[in-house]
Amino acid sequence: MGERVVLHYFNGRGKMESIRWLLTVAEVEFDEKFLDTREEYLKLVNDGKLMFQQVPLVEIDGMKLVQTKAILNYLAEKYNMHGKDLKDRVMINMYSEGLMDLMEMLMVLPFNPDPTAKLEEIAKKAKERYFPVFEKALTGPVYLVGGKLSLADVLLVECTLMLEEKCAGILKDFSAIKSFQGRMIQIPAINRFLQPGSKRKPPPGENYAKAVIEVFQIKI
Amino acid sequence: MSEKPVVYYFNGRGKMESIRWLLTVAEVEFDEVLLTTREQYEKLLDDGALMFQQVPLVEMDGMKLIQTKAILNYIAEKYNLHAKDPKERVMINMYSEGLTDLMEMIMILPFTPDPKPKLDNIQSKAKERYLPVYEKALTGPVYLVGGKLSLADVLLLECTLMLEEKFPDILKDFPNVKSFQGRMTQIPAISRFLQPGSKRKPPPDEKYLKNVVEVLNLKLPL
Repeated sequence: MGERVVLHYFNGRGKMESIRWLLTVAEVEFDEKFLDTREEYLKLVNDGKLMFQQVPLVEIDGMKLVQTKAILNYLAEKYNMHGKDLKDRVMINMYSEGLMDLMEMLMVLPFNPDPTAKLEEIAKKAKERYFPVFEKALTGPVYLVGGKLSLADVLLVECTLMLEEKCAGILKDFSAIKSFQGRMIQIPAINRFLQPGSKRKPPPGENYAKAVIEVFQIKI
Repeated sequence: MSEKPVVYYFNGRGKMESIRWLLTVAEVEFDEVLLTTREQYEKLLDDGALMFQQVPLVEMDGMKLIQTKAILNYIAEKYNLHAKDPKERVMINMYSEGLTDLMEMIMILPFTPDPKPKLDNIQSKAKERYLPVYEKALTGPVYLVGGKLSLADVLLLECTLMLEEKFPDILKDFPNVKSFQGRMTQIPAISRFLQPGSKRKPPPDEKYLKNVVEVLNLKLPL
C-alpha cells in the first residue's frame, strides 16, 4: 500500500478544508474519499476507524487521525509550520484558534434558517474583533509569527478568502491583511490551489447541507 | 511583582476550569481575578488585555494568553504534561479534544432553556461515544499516553468527575476508567484540589448564569 495521505470527509469544505489548505501549502499530495451516503459513514464507524465516530479522518503515517485541531497541529509540526519555540507556538495557536472560531461561524451558515442576519453578525465580528488583531500583527512583519510561514498564516488566507466570497469589500479598511493575502496567493502551491481543478472545495450550497444532514441523520 | 500566573474569569467553572486543573496538577500556584461586574470586563477590554475580547485570560511569562486550547497546550508543554514525540502528541491531542467536546456540552447546560433532552444526549454520548475509547486505552496502561501523566489524563479526570455529578453511576460499566479515577485522585495535588477551600469551582448554578449574562451583556437564549 502507498504511503499516501488519505482524507475522509464529505465532498465539501466543512472542517476538512483547513486541513486541505495546510497539506497543499506543505506541498503534500493526498487522496480523498468522499462520504456520499450514510452507508459509507457507517462502514467507517463499524470498521473502528473513527475514534469518536466523527470525521474529519486523516490517514497518515500509519495512524487514523481525528479531531481537526489535533490533525492541524500534527501536520503543522511535521511540515515545519508551527514555530521554533514554545512562545512562537502559543502565538500561532492563539491566532489559529481565533481564526477557526470565525470560520466555524461561516461553516454552520448553511444549516441556519436565517442566514442573512447571521452573516451580518459574522461580518461585524470579523471587522471589530478579529481583523484588527491581524492588521496590527501584519503592520511590518511579512508573516504573523516569527518571520516565517506558519499554520496561522494559512488559516488567515483561507479565512479572508472565505469572507470575501460572502462580503466582497470586507478587507477595505485592512490594508496590511489585503497585502498579506496578495503575497500569500503568489506562493505557487497556493496559486495552483486557487485554480479550477484543484482539490479546493466550493462554498457550501444546498447539496452540501443535504448530504451532511443525510449522512449524519441530523435533526435541525 | 510576583511571577505567579494570574487567571481572569467569571466566578465559576466554564472554560477556565480545565486550566485551573492543569495548573494544579503541574503544582503551579496561581492567583485569580474573578470577573463579577461588567466594569471589570470593560476595563480589560480598554486595557487591550483580551486579544479577541474574550476570556479565559491567563497572564504568565510576560504574556497575555487567551483561547483555552492554546493556553492548555502552552501549560502542558511547559510543565512536561505533553509529549515530545509527535505521534504521542497527536494521541494526547485527539483524546483531549474529545474530552473538551464532551465537557463543552455540560458547560452550556445552564444557558439552555430546556436542559433535560440535552442531559439525556450527554449521557448517551458519554456512554456510547467517549467512555468506551478511554476504557479501552486504560486496559493495562496506567496513563492514557506514553506511560506518563499528560494533559489528556487531567482532562479525563475532570470530565468523569463532572459527569458523575450529573449521573452518579455513569462509570458503572467502565471499570478501567473508574480505577484510573481512583489512582488520579490519590495524587496529592489533586486530592487537595478536591477538598473544600481549594480553587476548584462548584457546578454552575443560577448565580453563575447571572454572573456571565451580566458581565458579557448576553441575550438568552444563545
